[in-house]
Amino acid sequence: MTDNTRNPTQLIGTTEELLAYSLALEEEAVERFTELAEQMEVHNNHEVADLFYKLAEIEGKHVENVRRASRGKELPNLLAWEFDWIDQGESPEGGFLEDAHYLMQPWHAIELAKQGEQRAVAFFKHVANNATDKEVEKMARELVAEEQEHVELLEQWQERFPKPDDDWDDDLDPPTILE
Amino acid sequence: MTNATTGTGLKAREYKSGIKPVWCPGCGDFTVLGSLTKALSGLQIAPENVAIISGIGCSSRMPTYLSTYGFHGVHGRALALATGLKVARPDLTVIATGGDGDGFSIGGNHFLHTCRRNPDMTYIVMDNQVYGMTKGQASPTTEPNWEKGKLTPSGTGINPFQPLVIALASGANFIARCSSSDQNGTARTIVEAIRHPGFSLVQVLSPCVTFRPEQRDWKKLVQPAPVEATSDPARAARRLLTDKGLFTGVLFKGNRPPYQPLLEPGIDNIAELDEEFRL
Repeated sequence: MTDNTRNPTQLIGTTEELLAYSLALEEEAVERFTELAEQMEVHNNHEVADLFYKLAEIEGKHVENVRRASRGKELPNLLAWEFDWIDQGESPEGGFLEDAHYLMQPWHAIELAKQGEQRAVAFFKHVANNATDKEVEKMARELVAEEQEHVELLEQWQERFPKPDDDWDDDLDPPTILE
Repeated sequence: MTNATTGTGLKAREYKSGIKPVWCPGCGDFTVLGSLTKALSGLQIAPENVAIISGIGCSSRMPTYLSTYGFHGVHGRALALATGLKVARPDLTVIATGGDGDGFSIGGNHFLHTCRRNPDMTYIVMDNQVYGMTKGQASPTTEPNWEKGKLTPSGTGINPFQPLVIALASGANFIARCSSSDQNGTARTIVEAIRHPGFSLVQVLSPCVTFRPEQRDWKKLVQPAPVEATSDPARAARRLLTDKGLFTGVLFKGNRPPYQPLLEPGIDNIAELDEEFRL
Protein backbone atom coordinates (compact mmCIF):
# COMPACT_ATOMS: atom_id res chain seq x y z
CA MET A 1 0.00 0.00 0.00
CA THR A 2 1.10 3.55 -0.58
CA ASP A 3 2.33 5.36 2.51
CA ASN A 4 -0.64 7.55 3.40
CA THR A 5 0.74 8.97 6.59
CA ARG A 6 2.76 11.78 5.02
CA ASN A 7 1.41 15.26 4.68
CA PRO A 8 1.14 16.14 0.97
CA THR A 9 2.90 19.45 1.58
CA GLN A 10 6.05 17.38 1.98
CA LEU A 11 5.63 16.35 -1.64
CA ILE A 12 3.81 19.28 -3.18
CA GLY A 13 6.00 22.23 -2.42
CA THR A 14 6.07 23.81 -5.87
CA THR A 15 3.63 24.51 -8.66
CA GLU A 16 5.64 22.14 -10.89
CA GLU A 17 4.95 19.29 -8.48
CA LEU A 18 1.29 20.22 -8.31
CA LEU A 19 1.08 20.24 -12.11
CA ALA A 20 2.73 16.80 -12.19
CA TYR A 21 0.02 15.54 -9.82
CA SER A 22 -2.70 17.16 -11.87
CA LEU A 23 -1.34 15.67 -15.10
CA ALA A 24 -1.05 12.19 -13.57
CA LEU A 25 -4.61 12.45 -12.27
CA GLU A 26 -6.06 13.42 -15.64
CA GLU A 27 -4.00 10.89 -17.60
CA GLU A 28 -5.06 8.10 -15.25
CA ALA A 29 -8.68 9.17 -15.80
CA VAL A 30 -8.28 8.90 -19.59
CA GLU A 31 -6.64 5.50 -19.20
CA ARG A 32 -9.31 4.21 -16.83
CA PHE A 33 -12.34 5.42 -18.81
CA THR A 34 -10.85 3.95 -21.99
CA GLU A 35 -10.34 0.61 -20.25
CA LEU A 36 -13.89 0.67 -18.93
CA ALA A 37 -15.24 1.55 -22.38
CA GLU A 38 -13.38 -1.40 -23.87
CA GLN A 39 -14.69 -3.72 -21.17
CA MET A 40 -18.25 -2.66 -21.90
CA GLU A 41 -17.70 -3.06 -25.63
CA VAL A 42 -16.44 -6.62 -25.12
CA HIS A 43 -19.56 -7.37 -23.08
CA ASN A 44 -21.93 -5.78 -25.61
CA ASN A 45 -22.97 -2.95 -23.33
CA HIS A 46 -22.56 -0.41 -26.11
CA GLU A 47 -24.54 2.43 -24.56
CA VAL A 48 -22.25 2.54 -21.52
CA ALA A 49 -19.17 1.90 -23.67
CA ASP A 50 -19.98 5.02 -25.72
CA LEU A 51 -20.46 7.00 -22.53
CA PHE A 52 -17.10 5.89 -21.13
CA TYR A 53 -15.41 6.78 -24.42
CA LYS A 54 -17.01 10.22 -24.18
CA LEU A 55 -15.73 10.61 -20.62
CA ALA A 56 -12.25 9.57 -21.77
CA GLU A 57 -12.42 12.19 -24.50
CA ILE A 58 -13.41 14.88 -22.01
CA GLU A 59 -10.58 13.88 -19.68
CA GLY A 60 -8.23 14.03 -22.66
CA LYS A 61 -9.11 17.71 -22.98
CA HIS A 62 -8.22 18.18 -19.30
CA VAL A 63 -4.84 16.56 -20.02
CA GLU A 64 -4.29 19.08 -22.81
CA ASN A 65 -5.21 21.92 -20.44
CA VAL A 66 -2.67 20.79 -17.86
CA ARG A 67 0.00 20.33 -20.53
CA ARG A 68 -0.71 23.86 -21.74
CA ALA A 69 -0.38 25.21 -18.20
CA SER A 70 2.89 23.29 -17.83
CA ARG A 71 4.52 24.77 -20.91
CA GLY A 72 8.00 26.09 -20.11
CA LYS A 73 8.06 24.33 -16.74
CA GLU A 74 10.03 21.23 -15.91
CA LEU A 75 7.77 18.81 -14.11
CA PRO A 76 9.30 16.28 -11.71
CA ASN A 77 9.40 12.67 -12.82
CA LEU A 78 7.50 10.52 -10.35
CA LEU A 79 6.76 6.84 -10.66
CA ALA A 80 3.10 5.86 -10.37
CA TRP A 81 3.53 4.68 -6.78
CA GLU A 82 5.53 7.73 -5.73
CA PHE A 83 2.49 9.99 -5.91
CA ASP A 84 0.93 10.49 -2.51
CA TRP A 85 -2.83 10.65 -2.99
CA ILE A 86 -3.37 11.16 0.76
CA ASP A 87 -6.15 8.76 1.62
CA GLN A 88 -5.73 6.16 -1.09
CA GLY A 89 -3.09 4.44 -3.17
CA GLU A 90 -4.74 5.31 -6.45
CA SER A 91 -5.20 8.65 -8.11
CA PRO A 92 -8.60 10.17 -7.27
CA GLU A 93 -9.94 9.63 -10.79
CA GLY A 94 -8.23 6.31 -11.41
CA GLY A 95 -9.65 3.78 -9.00
CA PHE A 96 -12.79 2.58 -10.74
CA LEU A 97 -11.92 -0.77 -12.27
CA GLU A 98 -13.25 -3.02 -9.54
CA ASP A 99 -16.54 -1.12 -9.42
CA ALA A 100 -17.43 -2.06 -12.97
CA HIS A 101 -20.23 -4.47 -13.84
CA TYR A 102 -21.25 -5.76 -17.25
CA LEU A 103 -24.87 -4.72 -16.65
CA MET A 104 -24.06 -1.24 -15.41
CA GLN A 105 -26.14 1.58 -16.84
CA PRO A 106 -25.28 5.14 -17.92
CA TRP A 107 -26.34 6.39 -14.49
CA HIS A 108 -23.68 4.18 -12.88
CA ALA A 109 -20.99 5.29 -15.30
CA ILE A 110 -21.65 8.94 -14.53
CA GLU A 111 -21.81 8.14 -10.83
CA LEU A 112 -18.31 6.63 -11.02
CA ALA A 113 -17.03 9.67 -12.87
CA LYS A 114 -18.71 11.99 -10.37
CA GLN A 115 -17.19 10.19 -7.39
CA GLY A 116 -13.78 10.52 -9.03
CA GLU A 117 -14.23 14.26 -9.48
CA GLN A 118 -15.41 14.55 -5.87
CA ARG A 119 -12.26 12.77 -4.71
CA ALA A 120 -10.22 15.16 -6.87
CA VAL A 121 -11.97 18.14 -5.21
CA ALA A 122 -11.12 16.72 -1.79
CA PHE A 123 -7.52 16.07 -2.81
CA PHE A 124 -6.82 19.55 -4.17
CA LYS A 125 -8.69 21.13 -1.25
CA HIS A 126 -6.40 19.25 1.12
CA VAL A 127 -3.36 20.45 -0.81
CA ALA A 128 -4.61 24.05 -0.77
CA ASN A 129 -5.43 23.97 2.93
CA ASN A 130 -1.99 22.60 3.81
CA ALA A 131 0.13 24.54 1.34
CA THR A 132 2.97 26.62 2.70
CA ASP A 133 3.69 28.16 -0.68
CA LYS A 134 1.25 30.89 -1.81
CA GLU A 135 1.50 29.95 -5.49
CA VAL A 136 0.78 26.31 -4.73
CA GLU A 137 -2.22 27.29 -2.64
CA LYS A 138 -3.55 29.58 -5.39
CA MET A 139 -3.16 26.93 -8.07
CA ALA A 140 -4.68 24.23 -5.85
CA ARG A 141 -7.74 26.44 -5.22
CA GLU A 142 -8.12 26.96 -8.96
CA LEU A 143 -7.99 23.21 -9.42
CA VAL A 144 -10.61 22.76 -6.69
CA ALA A 145 -12.91 25.17 -8.53
CA GLU A 146 -12.30 23.39 -11.82
CA GLU A 147 -12.99 19.92 -10.39
CA GLN A 148 -16.08 21.23 -8.60
CA GLU A 149 -17.36 22.52 -11.92
CA HIS A 150 -16.88 19.02 -13.34
CA VAL A 151 -18.89 17.57 -10.45
CA GLU A 152 -21.74 19.94 -11.19
CA LEU A 153 -21.67 19.20 -14.92
CA LEU A 154 -21.79 15.49 -14.20
CA GLU A 155 -24.70 15.97 -11.80
CA GLN A 156 -26.63 17.71 -14.56
CA TRP A 157 -25.72 14.98 -17.03
CA GLN A 158 -26.76 12.26 -14.59
CA GLU A 159 -30.22 13.81 -14.22
CA ARG A 160 -30.95 12.77 -17.79
CA PHE A 161 -30.89 9.13 -16.72
CA PRO A 162 -33.24 7.49 -14.21
CA LYS A 163 -31.59 6.01 -11.14
CA PRO A 164 -31.63 2.22 -11.69
CA ASP A 165 -33.69 -0.02 -9.43
CA ASP A 166 -31.93 -1.96 -6.67
CA ASP A 167 -32.05 -5.16 -8.72
CA TRP A 168 -30.36 -3.63 -11.74
CA ASP A 169 -27.64 -6.31 -11.70
CA ASP A 170 -30.06 -9.27 -11.72
CA ASP A 171 -29.48 -11.20 -14.91
CA LEU A 172 -32.28 -13.63 -15.82
CA ASP A 173 -30.06 -15.18 -18.46
CA PRO A 174 -26.59 -14.97 -16.98
CA PRO A 175 -23.73 -15.67 -19.36
CA THR A 176 -21.87 -17.73 -16.79
CA ILE A 177 -24.60 -19.64 -15.00
CA LEU A 178 -23.43 -22.39 -12.64
CA GLU A 179 -24.25 -25.78 -14.09
CA MET B 1 13.74 5.32 -14.10
CA THR B 2 11.07 7.44 -15.57
CA ASN B 3 7.55 8.37 -14.75
CA ALA B 4 5.08 5.63 -15.60
CA THR B 5 2.44 8.22 -16.19
CA THR B 6 3.92 11.54 -17.13
CA GLY B 7 7.58 11.12 -17.90
CA THR B 8 9.60 10.30 -20.93
CA GLY B 9 10.57 6.81 -22.03
CA LEU B 10 8.21 3.87 -22.42
CA LYS B 11 4.87 4.52 -20.78
CA ALA B 12 2.80 1.86 -19.10
CA ARG B 13 0.26 1.73 -21.92
CA GLU B 14 3.04 0.96 -24.41
CA TYR B 15 3.44 -2.46 -22.78
CA LYS B 16 -0.15 -3.31 -23.70
CA SER B 17 -0.82 -5.22 -26.91
CA GLY B 18 -4.05 -3.43 -27.78
CA ILE B 19 -6.07 -6.64 -27.58
CA LYS B 20 -9.09 -6.02 -25.36
CA PRO B 21 -9.22 -8.35 -22.35
CA VAL B 22 -12.24 -10.63 -22.14
CA TRP B 23 -12.27 -10.75 -18.34
CA CYS B 24 -15.52 -9.89 -16.57
CA PRO B 25 -15.84 -6.18 -15.74
CA GLY B 26 -14.83 -5.74 -12.10
CA CYS B 27 -12.31 -8.61 -12.24
CA GLY B 28 -9.14 -7.87 -10.29
CA ASP B 29 -7.00 -9.12 -13.16
CA PHE B 30 -7.54 -5.85 -15.04
CA THR B 31 -5.82 -4.03 -12.21
CA VAL B 32 -2.96 -6.53 -12.12
CA LEU B 33 -2.45 -5.99 -15.86
CA GLY B 34 -2.16 -2.28 -15.07
CA SER B 35 0.25 -2.96 -12.21
CA LEU B 36 2.45 -5.11 -14.42
CA THR B 37 2.63 -2.51 -17.19
CA LYS B 38 3.38 0.22 -14.66
CA ALA B 39 6.12 -1.93 -13.15
CA LEU B 40 7.71 -2.62 -16.55
CA SER B 41 7.51 1.07 -17.37
CA GLY B 42 9.05 1.91 -14.03
CA LEU B 43 11.93 -0.43 -14.79
CA GLN B 44 12.10 0.77 -18.40
CA ILE B 45 12.76 -2.72 -19.72
CA ALA B 46 12.30 -2.91 -23.47
CA PRO B 47 9.29 -5.14 -24.29
CA GLU B 48 11.49 -7.41 -26.43
CA ASN B 49 13.57 -8.20 -23.34
CA VAL B 50 10.59 -9.42 -21.34
CA ALA B 51 8.82 -12.78 -21.62
CA ILE B 52 5.51 -13.43 -19.89
CA ILE B 53 4.76 -17.13 -19.51
CA SER B 54 1.44 -18.57 -18.38
CA GLY B 55 -0.60 -21.74 -18.07
CA ILE B 56 -4.37 -21.96 -18.36
CA GLY B 57 -7.12 -19.99 -16.69
CA CYS B 58 -8.59 -16.49 -16.74
CA SER B 59 -5.46 -14.82 -15.39
CA SER B 60 -3.26 -16.93 -17.66
CA ARG B 61 -4.52 -14.87 -20.58
CA MET B 62 -2.11 -12.17 -19.46
CA PRO B 63 0.53 -12.64 -22.22
CA THR B 64 -2.12 -11.89 -24.85
CA TYR B 65 -2.64 -8.42 -23.48
CA LEU B 66 1.00 -7.40 -23.37
CA SER B 67 3.36 -6.22 -26.09
CA THR B 68 6.24 -8.24 -24.63
CA TYR B 69 7.14 -11.75 -25.74
CA GLY B 70 4.75 -14.26 -24.27
CA PHE B 71 3.74 -17.89 -24.19
CA HIS B 72 0.27 -19.05 -23.20
CA GLY B 73 1.28 -22.57 -22.30
CA VAL B 74 -0.08 -25.80 -20.93
CA HIS B 75 -2.19 -26.05 -17.77
CA GLY B 76 0.00 -25.89 -14.67
CA ARG B 77 3.24 -25.77 -16.64
CA ALA B 78 3.96 -22.05 -16.64
CA LEU B 79 6.85 -22.42 -14.21
CA ALA B 80 8.41 -25.33 -16.08
CA LEU B 81 8.32 -23.33 -19.32
CA ALA B 82 9.53 -20.17 -17.62
CA THR B 83 12.42 -21.98 -15.92
CA GLY B 84 13.52 -23.48 -19.23
CA LEU B 85 13.42 -20.08 -20.88
CA LYS B 86 15.31 -18.37 -18.07
CA VAL B 87 18.03 -21.01 -18.10
CA ALA B 88 18.39 -20.76 -21.86
CA ARG B 89 18.13 -16.97 -22.01
CA PRO B 90 19.31 -15.55 -18.68
CA ASP B 91 19.42 -12.09 -20.26
CA LEU B 92 15.60 -11.95 -20.44
CA THR B 93 13.31 -10.75 -17.69
CA VAL B 94 11.06 -13.77 -17.26
CA ILE B 95 7.72 -13.41 -15.50
CA ALA B 96 5.24 -16.23 -15.03
CA THR B 97 1.60 -15.35 -14.43
CA GLY B 98 -1.45 -17.40 -13.56
CA GLY B 99 -4.09 -18.27 -11.04
CA ASP B 100 -4.36 -20.32 -7.87
CA GLY B 101 -5.73 -23.43 -9.59
CA ASP B 102 -3.17 -23.44 -12.37
CA GLY B 103 -0.30 -22.69 -10.01
CA PHE B 104 -1.07 -24.57 -6.84
CA SER B 105 -3.11 -27.56 -8.01
CA ILE B 106 -2.39 -28.57 -11.60
CA GLY B 107 1.05 -26.96 -11.33
CA GLY B 108 1.57 -27.62 -7.64
CA ASN B 109 4.55 -29.87 -8.11
CA HIS B 110 6.27 -27.40 -10.41
CA PHE B 111 5.59 -24.69 -7.84
CA LEU B 112 7.39 -26.59 -5.09
CA HIS B 113 10.40 -27.37 -7.22
CA THR B 114 10.68 -23.92 -8.74
CA CYS B 115 10.81 -22.46 -5.24
CA ARG B 116 13.46 -25.06 -4.39
CA ARG B 117 15.43 -24.46 -7.59
CA ASN B 118 15.27 -20.67 -7.23
CA PRO B 119 15.66 -19.46 -10.83
CA ASP B 120 15.89 -15.69 -11.21
CA MET B 121 12.32 -14.95 -12.25
CA THR B 122 9.05 -13.62 -10.88
CA TYR B 123 5.77 -15.50 -10.47
CA ILE B 124 2.61 -13.42 -10.16
CA VAL B 125 -0.35 -15.47 -8.94
CA MET B 126 -3.76 -13.82 -9.18
CA ASP B 127 -5.48 -15.67 -6.38
CA ASN B 128 -9.29 -15.58 -6.39
CA GLN B 129 -9.81 -18.84 -4.51
CA VAL B 130 -11.91 -20.32 -7.30
CA TYR B 131 -11.70 -21.87 -10.77
CA GLY B 132 -13.37 -19.05 -12.68
CA MET B 133 -12.88 -20.10 -16.28
CA THR B 134 -14.63 -23.45 -15.69
CA LYS B 135 -17.54 -21.74 -13.91
CA GLY B 136 -16.79 -21.69 -10.25
CA GLN B 137 -15.33 -24.79 -8.64
CA ALA B 138 -13.35 -24.78 -5.39
CA SER B 139 -9.62 -24.30 -5.93
CA PRO B 140 -6.68 -25.20 -3.66
CA THR B 141 -6.95 -21.87 -1.84
CA THR B 142 -10.73 -21.96 -1.34
CA GLU B 143 -11.81 -21.87 2.28
CA PRO B 144 -13.22 -25.20 3.55
CA ASN B 145 -16.73 -23.89 4.20
CA TRP B 146 -17.41 -22.25 0.82
CA GLU B 147 -20.69 -23.82 -0.22
CA LYS B 148 -21.42 -22.10 -3.52
CA GLY B 149 -19.49 -24.51 -5.70
CA LYS B 150 -21.73 -27.03 -7.43
CA LEU B 151 -19.15 -29.79 -6.96
CA THR B 152 -18.74 -29.05 -3.26
CA PRO B 153 -22.19 -27.97 -2.02
CA SER B 154 -21.19 -28.61 1.59
CA GLY B 155 -17.79 -27.01 1.21
CA THR B 156 -14.55 -28.83 0.59
CA GLY B 157 -14.04 -29.50 4.28
CA ILE B 158 -10.28 -29.45 3.79
CA ASN B 159 -7.70 -26.91 4.74
CA PRO B 160 -6.75 -24.50 1.97
CA PHE B 161 -3.29 -24.53 0.43
CA GLN B 162 -1.07 -21.86 1.99
CA PRO B 163 1.04 -20.60 -0.91
CA LEU B 164 3.25 -18.25 1.08
CA VAL B 165 4.01 -20.83 3.75
CA ILE B 166 4.80 -23.46 1.12
CA ALA B 167 6.94 -21.02 -0.85
CA LEU B 168 8.92 -20.13 2.25
CA ALA B 169 9.41 -23.75 3.25
CA SER B 170 10.41 -24.69 -0.29
CA GLY B 171 13.04 -21.99 -0.71
CA ALA B 172 11.53 -19.07 -2.65
CA ASN B 173 13.80 -16.06 -2.31
CA PHE B 174 11.20 -13.26 -2.29
CA ILE B 175 7.64 -13.57 -1.01
CA ALA B 176 4.97 -10.89 -1.09
CA ARG B 177 1.22 -10.47 -1.01
CA CYS B 178 -0.65 -7.65 -2.74
CA SER B 179 -4.22 -6.65 -3.41
CA SER B 180 -5.59 -5.82 -6.83
CA SER B 181 -7.43 -2.95 -5.15
CA ASP B 182 -4.04 -1.23 -4.86
CA GLN B 183 -2.71 -0.99 -8.41
CA ASN B 184 0.20 1.29 -7.62
CA GLY B 185 1.27 -0.62 -4.51
CA THR B 186 1.18 -3.87 -6.50
CA ALA B 187 3.27 -2.26 -9.25
CA ARG B 188 5.87 -1.20 -6.71
CA THR B 189 6.03 -4.73 -5.26
CA ILE B 190 6.38 -6.28 -8.72
CA VAL B 191 9.34 -3.99 -9.38
CA GLU B 192 10.92 -5.12 -6.15
CA ALA B 193 10.23 -8.77 -6.99
CA ILE B 194 11.80 -8.48 -10.44
CA ARG B 195 14.86 -6.77 -9.02
CA HIS B 196 15.38 -9.30 -6.27
CA PRO B 197 17.66 -12.16 -7.36
CA GLY B 198 16.16 -15.63 -7.41
CA PHE B 199 12.58 -16.86 -7.47
CA SER B 200 10.06 -14.21 -6.42
CA LEU B 201 6.47 -15.07 -5.58
CA VAL B 202 3.88 -12.28 -5.63
CA GLN B 203 0.43 -13.45 -4.56
CA VAL B 204 -2.19 -10.91 -5.61
CA LEU B 205 -5.64 -11.14 -4.05
CA SER B 206 -7.67 -10.60 -7.20
CA PRO B 207 -11.46 -10.93 -6.83
CA CYS B 208 -13.57 -13.13 -9.08
CA VAL B 209 -16.63 -10.90 -9.18
CA THR B 210 -18.69 -13.48 -11.06
CA PHE B 211 -18.32 -16.60 -8.91
CA ARG B 212 -17.09 -15.01 -5.69
CA PRO B 213 -18.93 -11.64 -5.71
CA GLU B 214 -18.36 -11.32 -1.98
CA GLN B 215 -14.67 -10.81 -2.80
CA ARG B 216 -15.55 -7.26 -3.89
CA ASP B 217 -15.27 -6.56 -0.15
CA TRP B 218 -11.60 -7.59 -0.06
CA LYS B 219 -10.61 -4.01 -0.78
CA LYS B 220 -12.12 -3.01 2.57
CA LEU B 221 -10.44 -5.86 4.43
CA VAL B 222 -6.84 -5.89 3.19
CA GLN B 223 -4.31 -3.87 5.09
CA PRO B 224 -0.57 -3.34 4.99
CA ALA B 225 1.30 -5.84 7.16
CA PRO B 226 2.44 -4.12 10.35
CA VAL B 227 5.97 -5.50 9.94
CA GLU B 228 8.87 -4.96 7.57
CA ALA B 229 10.22 -7.68 5.27
CA THR B 230 12.71 -10.03 6.88
CA SER B 231 15.55 -12.11 5.50
CA ASP B 232 15.18 -14.60 8.34
CA PRO B 233 13.00 -17.57 7.28
CA ALA B 234 12.20 -18.43 10.90
CA ARG B 235 10.84 -14.94 11.58
CA ALA B 236 8.92 -15.01 8.30
CA ALA B 237 7.41 -18.36 9.27
CA ARG B 238 6.30 -17.01 12.64
CA ARG B 239 4.62 -14.06 10.94
CA LEU B 240 2.79 -16.34 8.56
CA LEU B 241 1.42 -18.36 11.45
CA THR B 242 -0.50 -15.31 12.64
CA ASP B 243 -1.43 -14.13 9.17
CA LYS B 244 -5.12 -14.30 8.23
CA GLY B 245 -4.34 -13.96 4.54
CA LEU B 246 -5.28 -10.31 4.23
CA PHE B 247 -2.02 -8.58 5.16
CA THR B 248 -0.22 -7.09 2.17
CA GLY B 249 3.41 -6.22 1.64
CA VAL B 250 6.75 -7.92 1.22
CA LEU B 251 7.14 -10.68 3.76
CA PHE B 252 10.49 -12.26 2.98
CA LYS B 253 13.62 -11.29 1.09
CA GLY B 254 16.16 -14.09 1.15
CA ASN B 255 19.73 -14.18 -0.07
CA ARG B 256 20.10 -17.56 -1.73
CA PRO B 257 21.99 -17.43 -5.04
CA PRO B 258 19.74 -18.03 -8.06
CA TYR B 259 19.86 -21.26 -10.04
CA GLN B 260 21.69 -20.71 -13.30
CA PRO B 261 23.50 -23.72 -14.76
CA LEU B 262 26.49 -23.03 -16.93
CA LEU B 263 25.54 -23.52 -20.53
CA GLU B 264 27.99 -25.69 -22.37
CA PRO B 265 29.08 -24.40 -25.74
CA GLY B 266 28.26 -26.92 -28.40
CA ILE B 267 25.69 -26.44 -31.10
CA ASP B 268 26.46 -23.47 -33.30
CA ASN B 269 24.24 -24.09 -36.30
CA ILE B 270 21.14 -25.88 -37.54
CA ALA B 271 23.12 -28.70 -39.17
CA GLU B 272 24.71 -29.61 -35.84
CA LEU B 273 21.33 -29.45 -34.13
CA ASP B 274 19.90 -31.71 -36.82
CA GLU B 275 22.71 -34.15 -36.16
CA GLU B 276 21.80 -34.28 -32.47
CA PHE B 277 18.32 -35.57 -33.32
CA ARG B 278 19.32 -38.03 -36.02
CA LEU B 279 18.01 -41.53 -35.27
